Amino acid sequence: MAATGTPASVDDVKSSLGEVGYLADEPAALVSYLAQRLGKPVLVEGPAGVGKTELAKALSRASGRELIRLQCYEGLDEAKALYEWNYRKQLLRIQAESGEERRESWEAVQEDIFGEEFILTRPLLAAIASEDPVVLLIDEIDKTDQEFEAMLLEVLSDFQISIPELGVIEARTRPLVVLTSNNSRELTEALKRRCLYLWLDYPVVEREVEIVRLHAPDLDEQLARRLIEVVHMVRSLDLKKPPSIAESIDWARAVLLLGADDLDRSVFERTMSIIVKHRADLDIVAERVGVRLGEEEKLDLGAARGQGS
Amino acid sequence: MADGGLGGSAQVQLPVGFGPRLVAFCEELRNEGLSVGTSEILDAFEALESVPWTEAADFREALAATLAKSQEDRRVFELLFERFFFRGAEAEALRHAIGEQGRYESGGHLDLDEIREAVRQAITEGRDGEMRDLARLAIAAFGRGGEGSGVVGVDVQRIRRTLGLQVGGRTEGEDDDVLTLDRESLNQFERHLRRELERGLIERTERLPPSRPLADLDRALPTSPAQDLTAVHRAVAQLKRRLATLGHEQRGRRRGAIVDVRRTMRASLETGGVPLRLKHRPRRPRRPEIYVLCDVSTSVTSASVFFLSVLHALHESFRKLRSFVFIERISEVTNAFERERDFRRISERVSREGGVADVSGYTDYGRVWLEFEAEISEDLDPRSTVIVLGDARTNGRDPHAETFARVAERSGRTFWLNPEPRLYWNYGDSVMAAYERHCDGAFECWTTKHLENFVNVVAGGSPAVD
Repeated sequence: MAATGTPASVDDVKSSLGEVGYLADEPAALVSYLAQRLGKPVLVEGPAGVGKTELAKALSRASGRELIRLQCYEGLDEAKALYEWNYRKQLLRIQAESGEERRESWEAVQEDIFGEEFILTRPLLAAIASEDPVVLLIDEIDKTDQEFEAMLLEVLSDFQISIPELGVIEARTRPLVVLTSNNSRELTEALKRRCLYLWLDYPVVEREVEIVRLHAPDLDEQLARRLIEVVHMVRSLDLKKPPSIAESIDWARAVLLLGADDLDRSVFERTMSIIVKHRADLDIVAERVGVRLGEEEKLDLGAARGQGS
Repeated sequence: MADGGLGGSAQVQLPVGFGPRLVAFCEELRNEGLSVGTSEILDAFEALESVPWTEAADFREALAATLAKSQEDRRVFELLFERFFFRGAEAEALRHAIGEQGRYESGGHLDLDEIREAVRQAITEGRDGEMRDLARLAIAAFGRGGEGSGVVGVDVQRIRRTLGLQVGGRTEGEDDDVLTLDRESLNQFERHLRRELERGLIERTERLPPSRPLADLDRALPTSPAQDLTAVHRAVAQLKRRLATLGHEQRGRRRGAIVDVRRTMRASLETGGVPLRLKHRPRRPRRPEIYVLCDVSTSVTSASVFFLSVLHALHESFRKLRSFVFIERISEVTNAFERERDFRRISERVSREGGVADVSGYTDYGRVWLEFEAEISEDLDPRSTVIVLGDARTNGRDPHAETFARVAERSGRTFWLNPEPRLYWNYGDSVMAAYERHCDGAFECWTTKHLENFVNVVAGGSPAVD
């Protein structure tokens, strides 16, 4: 696997992602491939818990690049995202100067305290200034304000940051940028224009079974499939928080730990809280899915009796 | 810039004449309302240089990733992509006069039941290629040598019926095995049928049917209130952000800032005790307190499902929210919304509990305001926002606009969302003008688009054109 080079084909990306434990579907692999070829940021949207953040992490592992993460939140500003002057250090420096007799002129001090030494790098600057190519993950971009998005434009299209006192810092290597969004608000056209777009959705049963089996290899295939079918059933209900892929993996592991060899009603009720985490949701799921499992059980028993006699 | 990606093995030369085609495709996307700029088109070309354009799936995904930048766009893209390249291929075939001779005259006798079984199997197992072949066979078997009625839609439905394919239902006809097909795969089969029929039609008439813009029906997403909910939820999430930040900003200006004496004194130490710089007390962000009044009378029946879904979404987003439904009298339904999550059950419940509010079935806005003032008005303060969802049709009763004015006065902001087009306001028994005067804003609101528009205006932006 080439450490930092651009991959040769889509299948390359897919297999290298697979090697680090991320089973990408066709569109995801293609877009990651394009992002590396074209050096464009990727905007990943989709419901919570489908592996948007995980994609960025996997890309970093697969390409051997360092992952730099910027977690967005309401009120995130430049000082937290780009850079900040280290006031205390600057102050110390000035005081140290004035302690000795004033040999240096004001200009010299000024030059001095606005040097790279006094800058606190934040994720964006760190990603731009890094010697080695990195993966920059800007997580939940939809949580920030539009002003912040506008600030990102310079970084995303030209891969440079202008600092008034220092000048423009250009990227030495092109970072692979992944932006994720939960679609809680519409992003601006300008931002979208600069990105490749990828919509991630919950995987189909087969692929999720594969994913779960990858992370819980000891799980019986039959049981895994049944588990995932139930998860899909749960997702189809109108819940406050539908179970994510990570939660189905957790659930699979829990079932494995319990040593259950089939998913019956009692196992389900005991472990349900792993995939459903809301009071109201619990009631809905217990009612709809639990009952259905119970019925199946009866049918199974009936069938077994029929065979027995 | 260190982007040495060129020269990889995947470098592909695009065929001559491909460029204009792609630009034409982008033009069609634009006509359907996608914002495809020059930079997007350039991106698409660049992407196609590193993706084998001969692979249908890769080609499509590469275009989608560069041209369609939201889920909504993506759906339109899919529809157009299908149509555009289908038409392109057919036009080319016509030009070279390539046709399949006797495409629907298969050698032997076609057994109806066999096809029926095979089709069902292919659909349940979701095998795409097989479905296409079977679609052709089915047309051959049922379509009188592929002629059919000449109207594609009619033929598709007729063939589907003859094959006894239904969603999730019992198959009609002689055999009574229960076979449930899910809608998605059945649609897929229908698409193949449609495509094959169109192809046959083009070959017979030797010309392409005129290209029409996508019908609204094709691209409409919200077919059920449950689906519409997500769009409403999104707009409301925006609304929450706007109300939380913008209201606070405006109010701060109006009220002026308060000097923080302690911090001013401390800052004055720098300047030798002379308070040169005033420090103000930080403005605390306001918690929006929202009162929503929703008309559920018969005159707004069609709108009330929409309004209830707005209410439902509001409850998801705001903690301090009290909601009321009214017809002739007012009735608080905050509890119903807080306890129930499922939209359907909420609407049932509201219609049950809201029944208290209904005496004669006619809205009485005047009485509603009197009651609202008497019972709730105490709780209103400048931090609260009142949102009224209703058509302002009083059925000829006294509107009591002065009471409404007092309510609007007490609360910080008042908005009115009217489910009728502006054209009908103040026409007949609508007294919108009397109320509009006291509102901070009145908006027509009968689609999610209007709701988003409302959010924009509240945010201080310009209203979107529609």
